[in-house]
Amino acid sequence: MISILSVEIPYWGQTTFRVLGGLAAVLLPAGALVYIYLFKLMSFVQSRLGPMEAGPAGSLQLLAEVGKAFQKEDIFPRKADKLVFAAAPFVVLMSTFLLILVVPFGPDAWFVNLDTGIFFALAVSSVSVIGILMAGWASASKYSLLGGLRAAGQLIAYELPLVLAVMGVVIQAGTLNMQEIVYAQAEGEIFGISGIGNPFIITQFIGFAIFLIAMQAELTQPPFDMPVAESELVSGYMTEYSGIRFLLFFIGEFATAGVFSMIASVLFLGGWWVPGLDPDSNLFNILGPAVLFGKVMLVTFLIFWFRFTYPRFREDQLQKLAWKVLIPLSLVNIVATGILKVVF
Amino acid sequence: MTTQIPDLSEQEQLRYISQQAADARVNVEIETEGMTLNLGPQHPATHGTLRIIAKLDGEQVVAAEPVMGYMHRGYEKLAEVRTYPQVTTLVNRIDWVGSFANETPFILAAEKLMEVEAPPRAQYIRTILHEMSRIANVILGIGDMGVQVGAVTPIFFAFRDREYVLNQIEAVTGGRFHPNFDRIGGLKDDLPAGWIQNTKNAMEKVRDFCDQIEELMYGNEIFQARTRGIGIIPKDVGLAYGLSGVNIRGSGVDWDVRRDNMSPGLVYDQVDWKVWTHPDGDSYSRMWVRLQEVREGTKIVDQLLDQIPSGPIMAKVPRIIKVPAGEAYVETENPLGVMGYYVVSKGDLNPYRVKIRSASFNNVSITPWLLKGVYVPDIITILGSLYFILGDIDR
Repeated sequence: MISILSVEIPYWGQTTFRVLGGLAAVLLPAGALVYIYLFKLMSFVQSRLGPMEAGPAGSLQLLAEVGKAFQKEDIFPRKADKLVFAAAPFVVLMSTFLLILVVPFGPDAWFVNLDTGIFFALAVSSVSVIGILMAGWASASKYSLLGGLRAAGQLIAYELPLVLAVMGVVIQAGTLNMQEIVYAQAEGEIFGISGIGNPFIITQFIGFAIFLIAMQAELTQPPFDMPVAESELVSGYMTEYSGIRFLLFFIGEFATAGVFSMIASVLFLGGWWVPGLDPDSNLFNILGPAVLFGKVMLVTFLIFWFRFTYPRFREDQLQKLAWKVLIPLSLVNIVATGILKVVF
Repeated sequence: MTTQIPDLSEQEQLRYISQQAADARVNVEIETEGMTLNLGPQHPATHGTLRIIAKLDGEQVVAAEPVMGYMHRGYEKLAEVRTYPQVTTLVNRIDWVGSFANETPFILAAEKLMEVEAPPRAQYIRTILHEMSRIANVILGIGDMGVQVGAVTPIFFAFRDREYVLNQIEAVTGGRFHPNFDRIGGLKDDLPAGWIQNTKNAMEKVRDFCDQIEELMYGNEIFQARTRGIGIIPKDVGLAYGLSGVNIRGSGVDWDVRRDNMSPGLVYDQVDWKVWTHPDGDSYSRMWVRLQEVREGTKIVDQLLDQIPSGPIMAKVPRIIKVPAGEAYVETENPLGVMGYYVVSKGDLNPYRVKIRSASFNNVSITPWLLKGVYVPDIITILGSLYFILGDIDR
């Protein structure tokens, strides 16, 4: 992000740019997702209009919701563990902001270019489990407790297929660095055909499918929304939250959806790169974020499409899906990828 | 362990050791304290104020007890101080999503006591409206089942297509929710112009909804995984608990009051229709029978619309209705099950006593038996598949 500017910027300036850029990179896609998909697409699917009053076609509805949440009382249950209760939403949100660090937006546009980028991303994505457990336990409510424990079980179970699905990509790219994974796709070739590079969605299609399913579960979106199952646990671990803290959970949910989709598009769809263009051209420093955003919208469309159409799994069923289907399948995928990598 | 193995034969020794090991295993296992979970009275799944006290072991239900009466409105007692025509206003608030069907059995009971019979046209329209309120009710139940298992979209489809039916009910009765249209000896008004064709169109829309929802929801693997084999009610248990309507037909009992015990004043015998049953008795079979019931309902309405006779819609009844002394019990097949009114008259303007047999009260009474041993998510599935309306439980 910083290196595109040729002038020297002092450290505090760089930090400010990074913080503002990080906020924008997390919050803008989240807002777009909530308005375009959660408000409008969902209404379209459900044959209703959705928000229409706030701004043109209800486009300012999200701001109105934020304003509403700010006005509301920040309620703490009497028996709640006040400190943990107050901190939990921030822990959940923190994992989202840590995730964005390693996402590349262009050849020279990134926050941190870690050599172990994807490893770091998968590691910090689990931090949200702690926040959810904190929220579930500190709320001193049985519904929250059930929701928190369900979430913990589910997130840990689906961490494995998520990691294993990424393994295929890592084997094929030969690196953990997110930026280099993009280059590997741009400069790669599919069994000798090099016209469009090698977006890993083609060669790693099983991995992509597994990653999508596991991501859906990590985000606790339907059909994997057992932790928040509103028809039985009211709102799961969020039941006792109100006002600004509930808003933080809400932002966390959709911002994480956006950031996870960014990682998915970097891993499988080529990130900021467009097939047919030279990845080293300076154009991508400007175009890259827009391209990435477009790909994010594609991936999140799938997430939200599943969300609107499927009923939810029961807890034991989703565990079975993780352990008996996804993990063996992803192991097979890794073995196949390894063999093909050696052969070709 | 310092326990001495007593001097025994080899075989007994082995048995003793294995027993000790088994005991040790039991002791080592983590003992979790049971948790009591209050589902309700305010809970999104009960769409009303039903409370279920569930004792949980982890996520498994050890015992469940429904607590009713949070919405008791005392209609049986109130009916004693209302004149007969006024009672319909009360009772169509019992099952509020299929209101007209609540009026029918009461009016039929009063007609039985007065020994009047509604003219044929009124009987036909009455049956049509009864069946349309069934469609309006059950469509909502099907959509709601989607919400209970976590799919948010079906209920919006249900609300959308239910509106066509409600519009037709409103066109003839003037009320979407509380028609208050049935009268002793006939009906309040005749049909408005063009109603028959519009209703046929609405029935077409309802059939489309059934096809759509069958594909979208019933065919969904997750929906089937969530409902098949969950909450199985065997035939004899269901009958012992007094279940009725779809809930007992979903267990394979071929019993429908419309066919088997039709009270005079309705014309179900004039049309060609079928009583659907399903042998499984689980949540899925109940919902499946409900879907077929809606389809069958649209067929009944279509046929009745074709053969509706002309003529008056009110029989000759006195202006001030005094029901002769006597007792009458009339039951009809309502959307939620069998609904009956036991009316005792002493020859006054008011009934002396009215006992309402509402379907949901009996249907929900099986929950302590049914919810034993299921998981928490299945509580909601089972409650959704039993499909009760809180007003129908508490009255």
